[in-house]
Amino acid sequence: MTGEVPMVEAVQVSKSFGSNQVLKSISLTVARGEVLCLVGPSGSGKSTFLRCINHLETVDAGRLRVDGTLIGYREKGDRLHELKPRDAARQRRDIGMVFQRFNLFPHMTALENIIEAPIRVNRANKAAAIVRARELLARVGLADKADAYPAHLSGGQQQRVAIARALAMDPKLMLFDEPTSALDPELVGEVLDVMKQLAQSGMTMIVVTHEMGFAREVADSLAFMDGGVVVESGDPRTVLADPQHERTRAFLSKVL
Amino acid sequence: MAHAERPDRAAGSPPPPGGTAPAEVIKAVRLRHPVRNLIAVVLAVYFVAFLWDASTRKAFQWDIYIKYLFDQRISAAALVTIELTVLSMAIAAVLALLLTVMRLSSNPVFRSIAWFYVWIFRGTPVYVQLVFWGVLSLIYPTLQLGLPFLPPVISFATGQALSFFALAVLGLALNEAAYLAEIVRAGILSVDRGQEEAAIALGMSWGQSMWRIVIPQSMRVIIPPTGNEFISMLKTTSLVTAVPFSLDLYARSRDISAETFTPIPLLLDASTWYLFMTSVLMVGQYFLEKRFARGISSARPEKAAAAPDTREEAIG
Repeated sequence: MTGEVPMVEAVQVSKSFGSNQVLKSISLTVARGEVLCLVGPSGSGKSTFLRCINHLETVDAGRLRVDGTLIGYREKGDRLHELKPRDAARQRRDIGMVFQRFNLFPHMTALENIIEAPIRVNRANKAAAIVRARELLARVGLADKADAYPAHLSGGQQQRVAIARALAMDPKLMLFDEPTSALDPELVGEVLDVMKQLAQSGMTMIVVTHEMGFAREVADSLAFMDGGVVVESGDPRTVLADPQHERTRAFLSKVL
Repeated sequence: MAHAERPDRAAGSPPPPGGTAPAEVIKAVRLRHPVRNLIAVVLAVYFVAFLWDASTRKAFQWDIYIKYLFDQRISAAALVTIELTVLSMAIAAVLALLLTVMRLSSNPVFRSIAWFYVWIFRGTPVYVQLVFWGVLSLIYPTLQLGLPFLPPVISFATGQALSFFALAVLGLALNEAAYLAEIVRAGILSVDRGQEEAAIALGMSWGQSMWRIVIPQSMRVIIPPTGNEFISMLKTTSLVTAVPFSLDLYARSRDISAETFTPIPLLLDASTWYLFMTSVLMVGQYFLEKRFARGISSARPEKAAAAPDTREEAIG
């Protein structure tokens, strides 16, 4: 039964900021263990869509489900009720998010960044949380940086700590919002390596990215967005090699 | 081709003129500032003349100034002034934090209450507010706590429950809270929104993200102007005579002068004490600002020293 429920299911999702409609009836599904890359020009709505998935933005129309659970609302009869903040927070626990600008907590060490949410939100035992955090740091190749503050880490190291921080909550889905866009070119690889490793471990991931090499190599599917709609989607190798749509072709010719 | 052996030299930079000897250090004739010097001399002459005149002027009654400077009543009054300052600032800080959280919360009722509070207490003079606190027992002879339309749970006579000292502290604190709330708000707004977002995305509640993530980071912006408010509060305590509370530094020195008919030297005494106390606070503020102006990156050394503890916890 659970095998049939997709991890993410968006049905005609729309979202406007004022009069500006950013998402226009987006429908897509992401299966368990699937890695989806969202690509497209800036302003195409990729990041907004990602932020809707963990309810950092609310959806205006359509339905968005994660692991079968409606996001942001509760269905009662044929009406939708807004979720209480506590219930919305509970939904976000299972969804990890990695930001373009890392957003590590600068007043905490790498280790403290990682154990914060497990201890405060999941009421985890502190000693156990620390053991787990050290495992995660080792997994992202930063075992020796546990006591370093974010300002003393390179951008690539900060982003790897941010990934470890999100993983500490044992999410069933990871969202990456342009995780390498703020990095110096020579630091991009180390972050992509961690993400690749994560994908191979079976994590379901949605990655907004401009790294076409990563999309080609790691992603199971690729969706090209422009102007708030999914223009084209499918196997990344096929879409990248032989784009069907004129807009996709124009975009890819600029980034490849 | 001597330079070719020096790998530290950038490839594109031109060879230094005149071989490898370092250039001579410049010893130029200093620029002179005749007008600047003249102004300084003239002002210095005036200042010395003023000091000379003041030291011999009868009205200042320097003998009385010295007699009362370390008078036990005056130093005790200075202590009361410090108590007023510290207590009212402490209460104001707690209230201000509460007001800010209310003001930034998504609850429109809390937001309106906080806005209304700041509007009232910032919009009326603190002197007038202190007079109002003084006549509180005339307006409300008894204070009762309870629900509307039900008999009160607690009831007490206002005049007995609240001394003039307590009213003075309350009056100063409630006024100050409105100003501090604005400072705290500015501090919280200075923290990158991504911080709150990251906390929320981890499943933390708004309260947790404020308390654990945003407020600690806002301290850097909040502390320096709060030091300023502290100094300001120390001087504002001289207004508590409006309550009327009369054991603080200014009221006490005026009471003494009312007996001795020497107001001027006692004003000087009070001023000397105020100046001394604000100077101490200014030194403290200087170090606080230095401490908090350093980027978050430099908050590290103590933390790094504390780090072994966490490691031990992990083992234990």
